[in-house]
Amino acid sequence: MRPVYAVSGGVSKFAKARPDKTFQAIVKEAYDYAIEDLGLEFRQFTELVDGSVASYFSDHFTRQLMAGIMAQDYLGLCPKPGHRVEGGGATGGICFQEGWKNVASGLMDICVAYGFETMSHVNTWKGNEFIALASDVSLDYPVGGFYSGYYAMMVTRHMKEFGTTVEQLATVSVKNHINAYHNPYAQKRNRYTIEDVRQAPMVAWPLTRLDICVMSDGAAAVILCSEEGLEKLETASGRRLPRVRVTGIGRGTDAMRMADRPHQTLEDFLRQNALPHETNSQETCDYYAELWQGGFRYPGIHSFRAGRMASKRAYDHCGLMDPIAELDFVELHDAYTSSEIQTYEDMGLCRYGEGGPFATSGTTFMPGIDYGLDLIESPVCPVNPSGGLIACGHPVGATGLMQAVFAIWQLQGTIDRHFGDATLQLDEPRRGAIHSHAGTGTYVTVTILEAED
Amino acid sequence: MTDSKKLPGKIEETDDGQILFSVPFPEELSPEALQALKGMRPIIIKQPYAIDYIHSYGQDSPFFAGLAGGTLLGCRDLETGYTYANPRSHDMYTGEPTDWVQLPEEGRIHAFTVCHFGSEEFLPQTPFVLILVELEGADTLLLSRLVGVDPDEASLDWIGMPVKARFLRNSKFKPTDVYFAPSE
Repeated sequence: MRPVYAVSGGVSKFAKARPDKTFQAIVKEAYDYAIEDLGLEFRQFTELVDGSVASYFSDHFTRQLMAGIMAQDYLGLCPKPGHRVEGGGATGGICFQEGWKNVASGLMDICVAYGFETMSHVNTWKGNEFIALASDVSLDYPVGGFYSGYYAMMVTRHMKEFGTTVEQLATVSVKNHINAYHNPYAQKRNRYTIEDVRQAPMVAWPLTRLDICVMSDGAAAVILCSEEGLEKLETASGRRLPRVRVTGIGRGTDAMRMADRPHQTLEDFLRQNALPHETNSQETCDYYAELWQGGFRYPGIHSFRAGRMASKRAYDHCGLMDPIAELDFVELHDAYTSSEIQTYEDMGLCRYGEGGPFATSGTTFMPGIDYGLDLIESPVCPVNPSGGLIACGHPVGATGLMQAVFAIWQLQGTIDRHFGDATLQLDEPRRGAIHSHAGTGTYVTVTILEAED
Repeated sequence: MTDSKKLPGKIEETDDGQILFSVPFPEELSPEALQALKGMRPIIIKQPYAIDYIHSYGQDSPFFAGLAGGTLLGCRDLETGYTYANPRSHDMYTGEPTDWVQLPEEGRIHAFTVCHFGSEEFLPQTPFVLILVELEGADTLLLSRLVGVDPDEASLDWIGMPVKARFLRNSKFKPTDVYFAPSE
């Protein structure tokens, strides 16, 4: 596989509704921004780009099959190769990785990955119904198909198993919303307190409206290239482009129905799912042995095995041994505050069962921002510096690509230029991870991006 | 085609569907007026969409027939004994066909939530309680509804609560033909 660079990106301002434009025209906003940021004219880029991958989740929201080709057409990318990918909430993350494959395999030198979702075309509760059609329509959906309900069941199990509290969940909401206060692309830019989160209307016990991301209309685009592609882009633009390299790719899956997830033994967990920094530590192995003695089984419904396997593969791919020490930031799929906590554990930022206290420790917060909270630890690895899905919004097909764009800007050190506010710019970050996740943890992607001099 | 045949010169207009009898639009399309169209607010219309699907439960059909007869059926791998609390005609570990087995009607709550909102279809039923049930002899869980608890008094103590299956008298051939209530 060849080295692949993520050179540029663009995001439309996420909004509750964008009736002013059709989805193709919203994609074009993100696409044009990415081209302009390379210092290229539209025609120059069209000449150079070899093909695309399109990402959107639901044919129901658009009420339009083949929406991918409609965007391809509108962007002026015809007759170049392209295809659409779909994998629930992970659609954007999968799209990014398919773009990477196009370049890494040698098939393309320059590939654009673009995605969108326009969820405002139906009311919120119909929208929830459309999303719930991503659960088994014979066995799960008819029982009361509602993703917030499915995730809430995971929460009650996590709480029972590990003593996780609703205040710990709420802390994630406070952090991500306050981060987004400095991100002009975010749909929600509000400062909330833990009390605000807990006093918001209850949606699915114990998750309130502020524990859950919102539906959105939006688009995002990322330009990926090989070394040869980079040379072509630099020749055309007449300037040196910042190097952000895609160094790790990982993907995992799990049973469609969370009721069918296994309850594995400790031995199976250590052999199949544990990360090297866990198996290399006798103390952690003892910790897990104790968990199993207390009745813990893996992954059950409290943990996302797909997220763990995606992380494991991505870390292995780039030779990352200790995630919390070696990652400077993570943009992860916080469709629910609880899934951020569960994902800390899956990604090995902390051990299984420790996500709750880890969330409130301060480790995952941004430096230099006042959250109105008493945090014990200094920031080590900020999680969702952009504000995540909870605050930015979750236009499904765009979401995983939005994370990629924010990660690229973070690693380029260009947050100030794009946001008009440097608050969210970390001090020379070298390595970041993006994590994209489909309903109840069925498909998960983890991608590692690194700044190169 | 014969000369005598009268062919329609227009499409016949009807009164059904949405009709807007007049839309504000410039009288004269001057260059300025054409340019101003870019500032026009979008036209947003309603498009109804309804479909009846012919949905087969296929190889899972005996599960629903079982519910109609007041029986919970699961699937078991003969070699390993691994048992699913759901219909699944091939085992995910051995790849072999499974056998149907009768599952007990009593179990314990593994996890739950109270839905105060929901998808449009279920909104009128809120608040309702979703549970994942552990059934004796099954290695996987069963998603179901719980009745007989106060949805305003949700508590982690519900986890582990013994529950018993109840069946609709008139089956709708849906997984909601079975639901649970706390054991007496």
